[in-house]
Amino acid sequence: MSNVKQVSVLAEETVKIEKPESQIKIMWDALKKNKAALFGLIVILILVFVAFFGDLIAPFSATETNMADAKQGMSIEHWFGTDMQGRDIFSRILSGTKYSLLIGIAAVAFSLVIGTVLGSVAGYFGGKIDAVIMRIMDIMLAIPSILLAITLMAAFGQGLDKAIVAIGVVSIPEFARIVRSSIMSAKENDYVAAAKVLGNSNARIIFRHILPNVVSSIVVRATLGISTAILDIAALGFLGLGVKPPTPEWGTMLGDAKSYIMSLPHMIIFPGIVISLAVLAFNLFGDGLRDALDPKSRS
Amino acid sequence: MAEKEVLLEVKNLTKHFVVERSFFGKPLSVLKAVDNVSFKIYKGEALGLVGESGCGKSTIGKMLVNLYTPTDGKIIYEGVELTALKQRQRREYCKDIQLIFQDPYSSLNPRMTIGDIIAEPIIVNKLLPRNEVENRVNYLLNCVGLANHQRNRYAHEFSGGQRQRVGIARALAVNPKLIVCDEPVSALDVSIQAQVLNLLDDLKEEFGLTYLFIAHGLNVVKHISDRVGVMYLGKIMELADKNELYENPLNPYTQALLSAIPSVDVENKTERIILEGDVPTPIDPPDGCRFCSRCFKRTEGCDKYETVLKDIGGGHYVACKLFEK
Repeated sequence: MSNVKQVSVLAEETVKIEKPESQIKIMWDALKKNKAALFGLIVILILVFVAFFGDLIAPFSATETNMADAKQGMSIEHWFGTDMQGRDIFSRILSGTKYSLLIGIAAVAFSLVIGTVLGSVAGYFGGKIDAVIMRIMDIMLAIPSILLAITLMAAFGQGLDKAIVAIGVVSIPEFARIVRSSIMSAKENDYVAAAKVLGNSNARIIFRHILPNVVSSIVVRATLGISTAILDIAALGFLGLGVKPPTPEWGTMLGDAKSYIMSLPHMIIFPGIVISLAVLAFNLFGDGLRDALDPKSRS
Repeated sequence: MAEKEVLLEVKNLTKHFVVERSFFGKPLSVLKAVDNVSFKIYKGEALGLVGESGCGKSTIGKMLVNLYTPTDGKIIYEGVELTALKQRQRREYCKDIQLIFQDPYSSLNPRMTIGDIIAEPIIVNKLLPRNEVENRVNYLLNCVGLANHQRNRYAHEFSGGQRQRVGIARALAVNPKLIVCDEPVSALDVSIQAQVLNLLDDLKEEFGLTYLFIAHGLNVVKHISDRVGVMYLGKIMELADKNELYENPLNPYTQALLSAIPSVDVENKTERIILEGDVPTPIDPPDGCRFCSRCFKRTEGCDKYETVLKDIGGGHYVACKLFEK
């Protein structure tokens, strides 16, 4: 024992207590080098800013009709033109950002929580529990997601909260599957066996020892999931099943515009561009995040 | 040895893994990892267990720490039959029997600092009030030769030997009585192996521990064990005091193993016994003596008569037809 103590004393003299390098800083350094991901991040930040302050910076009201200005093309006053009821499309897009973003993020959060719990339980315990959960997920996956969302909206009725739940439910199976497969490979590690031997409860092993080690793949999937959710909510809105009409939600704007597609193309072009941009931004950022979190591609 | 107190006894311990199942769940082929093994571990000793890869030695260790449930047989710890307990009660005994892992790279959670890794079992098992945990962690770190200021570092910042020390400290955190060392040094450099072995030896004295020391080479086990068991294909072939086993190996398999240890003594060179063939698969082990297909002292009937581990005097157990009267 004596020589062992000596070693530790020596080490103490030369090195002072050190803090580990933060994971986030390592990730940020990797992300900075990826131009596309950086572009995605900037667009996302702009969207978030607009979501908070869109109503304040919008030059016109998003919901008030003004028949005198109806059906105008692009002009200095109305950058993106006006719709059939004279509402400024630019203002409506700014104001609608919060709905698309809120629904996208909330729907992903909803399915992330439920999907993670289901996937963790299935992956960790395996056997019959796994079989039952995953067969239910398979059944949900067998129904086309937009069809399932439409069915749920038809059952729930229109509304922001109902749209969140409908889109959230639809993407549960994807999260459950990705979490399950990550957990199944992570639970083979010896530190999980060690945690068992040391008397940790199953819940603690899952949440403290396994999930933190698979969180990167879940975060990446969630970022990509937001873009899918934005598309889904736009699709529901287009079909007239999303949020209630005067609300300037992007998909609903597309839906309103469909009868004027030949006469007033700007009504469909600008919301379309914004939806594509938002989806692209989340996809690029998600891809960049995956590369940044993967130590093999970092080096 | 006989008057010593038995800490743990294993009786007819068996573990079968189902390799293949029919569509309706009926087992088609079964891997007999551990087959009908019995032995005792006395308080304060280090029992070595050696054997080739796949002979079932790690499986025994994992059954002792409740990572595997035995197919059959009994594990009796301090008079309590652990195998008869319900899972909830069984877990109470978990902290008494700890495991040190072979691979120091996968046995530490990469997302936790080593301080947290060592503190967690103390907190989870409510062994100490929260404010005393930190002192205890510092003490344990010192015991295994690490410095206090390293507690905020992550496992990947350490070398293999240091990681193994963290693993040892973690096992000690719950005040175990028996530690199963599952090839604790085979993933380390030779120079580090000796350090870790000496550390284990020191800790045994200091904490009054008992070891089941699993390894795949007789030379590593020789250093640390009091008694040594030799396993082959899920069975114990020979079990004796260390010196007795090394000087007077009786089972042909043990003789072959010992002859494989390289010798630096030119005068006293041992003749290397070369075994023929490969280890048979444990899915379909040979009838009779497990070793009969490769044994160089095979006689008539070895492949029919299943051998049993028998005491031939002085605590020397052998499973071989040659020593049965």
